[in-house]
Amino acid sequence: MMQKEKVLLDVKKLALHFSARQGVVQAVDYVDFRLHYNQAVVIIGESGCGKTSMAKAILRLLPRNVATYKGSIHLNDTDIMKLNEEQFRRQVRWVRMSLVPQAAMNALNPVIRVGDQVAEPAIIHLGLDKDAAMQQAIRMFQHVGVPIDFMTRYPFELSGGMRQRVAIAMALVTAPDLIVLDEPTSALDVLTQANIMNLLKRIKKEMGTSYILITHDIGTSSELADSVAVMYAGQIVEESDAMRFFTAPLHPYSQKLMASVPRLHGDTEPDFIVGQPPSLINPPTGCRYADRCHMRFEKCDEDPPVIDYHDGRRVKCWLYVDEGG
Amino acid sequence: MESSQNVPLQQQNGDQEAPLLSIQDLRVWFELRKWGFIHAGYVRAVDGVSFDLAHGEAVAVVGESGCGKSSLMKTILGLNRPTDGDLIFDNQRLTESRGGAMREYRAHLGYIQQDPYGALAPFMTVERILSEPMIVNGVRDKEERLRRIHKALTEVKMTPVEDFLHKYPHMLSGGQQQRIVIARAMVMEPKLLVADEPVSMLDASVRVEILRLLRALQEQRNLAVIYITHDLSTVRYFSERILVMYAGQIIEKSEVNELIANPKHPYTVALLNATAEPEAENALVYRDIPPGEPPSLVNPPTGCRFHPRCPHIIRGVCDVNESPEFEVGPGHLVKCWLYE
Repeated sequence: MMQKEKVLLDVKKLALHFSARQGVVQAVDYVDFRLHYNQAVVIIGESGCGKTSMAKAILRLLPRNVATYKGSIHLNDTDIMKLNEEQFRRQVRWVRMSLVPQAAMNALNPVIRVGDQVAEPAIIHLGLDKDAAMQQAIRMFQHVGVPIDFMTRYPFELSGGMRQRVAIAMALVTAPDLIVLDEPTSALDVLTQANIMNLLKRIKKEMGTSYILITHDIGTSSELADSVAVMYAGQIVEESDAMRFFTAPLHPYSQKLMASVPRLHGDTEPDFIVGQPPSLINPPTGCRYADRCHMRFEKCDEDPPVIDYHDGRRVKCWLYVDEGG
Repeated sequence: MESSQNVPLQQQNGDQEAPLLSIQDLRVWFELRKWGFIHAGYVRAVDGVSFDLAHGEAVAVVGESGCGKSSLMKTILGLNRPTDGDLIFDNQRLTESRGGAMREYRAHLGYIQQDPYGALAPFMTVERILSEPMIVNGVRDKEERLRRIHKALTEVKMTPVEDFLHKYPHMLSGGQQQRIVIARAMVMEPKLLVADEPVSMLDASVRVEILRLLRALQEQRNLAVIYITHDLSTVRYFSERILVMYAGQIIEKSEVNELIANPKHPYTVALLNATAEPEAENALVYRDIPPGEPPSLVNPPTGCRFHPRCPHIIRGVCDVNESPEFEVGPGHLVKCWLYE
């Protein structure tokens, strides 16, 4: 079923390494994943696993100390990695994909009225004049549920949830195909979080937008996910559809991660993972999760291949080597 | 440290069942000023909160940001002065305590901050960080300090202790930093621990480990714990009782499992509805969440403070009179007219 749908984003062998004083940080280490039209992929991982770097790599928002940046990213059949910076800025960034940054509430400019901030991408990237852009911004404010009279306010006059909505409006104003959401709700209260998730669901349904949702919160991730990619130490260790992932994940890390979620109902005691993720400067040569893994065996000293599991899931673990297709 | 300023409570002396901490109709209001001197109203951060905490009991205070839980916490820690109402700790009325008595009281408290990295001085080693509360509270003997540091670090499972003593906070992972914060709270061997969202900044995989550690410490030392959080799903692994706060008031009090199975106040119901369990079906439905945001605490709504957002509002009652607490089950109190 998933195969028939059209692929929007196809990431192949994407690598983003940074040079630091102590060595090369392999933040994103040759990852593959794909995203279909009007779907949401959730990238789940702990802090320091490279998930924010991956968002930056996809949008090409890179710091100065990049050591390696390669691979291919096809966005509806064009390889956006081949575009130069100017083309990328004109044709891709905010035109076809946009970002809701981490702690979006602090990502707004404190000295510009929020209405102007939302209109700005439309002026710069779509070439609209100011009035048309403001009209577009008004529509976006209505869409995300912020009263129109808030447009002349400054960010500090808005609550956290409202600021988050403004940041989402800003990402939506150019009507991109894809929005990268980097921890969009982690700083918000439970009710606000649920409201924002409702909003994102509605936008997806009404505007046909696709999402890459980057989060460490498994509970929230399930609110939006059509598919899930689990990241560990710079690599994607499991790629799965949401239904199978949330019921029975394959990779031992995913299993433990699911078990570590405290539940409101039921009697299962939550579990935790002993130890810490490895350093991304000199990651272990074998499976990067092996040191913390409860299923470890001899084979794990070698780097596991990504196995195409028979039901379409992909998992990077030696345990499934015989079950692959 | 004279305790001459303490006001002993005669009527409670000799009472075996006296709670460790008793809060009675506590109000913490902050004055607003216009142009620096003209009175412009109050922020009613805590407005009539009462509860008791027994020795060795863990109680969770749940609420959204801006509901007054931090002001309540700071008042309990002695950092804010209550505007009205009483705070009674171990039969000492603290409301009027000053200076030395207050310092003595604070030595009985442990405080676990939300953001471990922000809570640890970056230029101090672990040893120095853990010595600090003891220096402040007059543990002069260096050997004794070191002995207590060893004990505390062993308790939080930071072993071998010598490996960590000379490290700086940035050399530790988030989970380890939080353990140091816990160890620092424990070195004075407190009677009451106040934990402000102790795991919200940590990764999912270590959260449970830290919560279990706190739970184990609580049980071993018969500590009373006030656990402040907005995450209902961790509460049941950590505390016996739960207090739900909204707009400066406690709107529901109950035993934890009873509250989760049987929430009464519409706000509590909404909070539980909003808490996502990891299930793929979540993506297919919209959550039933009341619209709007918590009210301003400067001009809180009349009557029930939740009434503008409440789906079950009784017009002419909820928006006029503030509800008293109704008992809906053993130990289950709810401040809502629906249960009159």
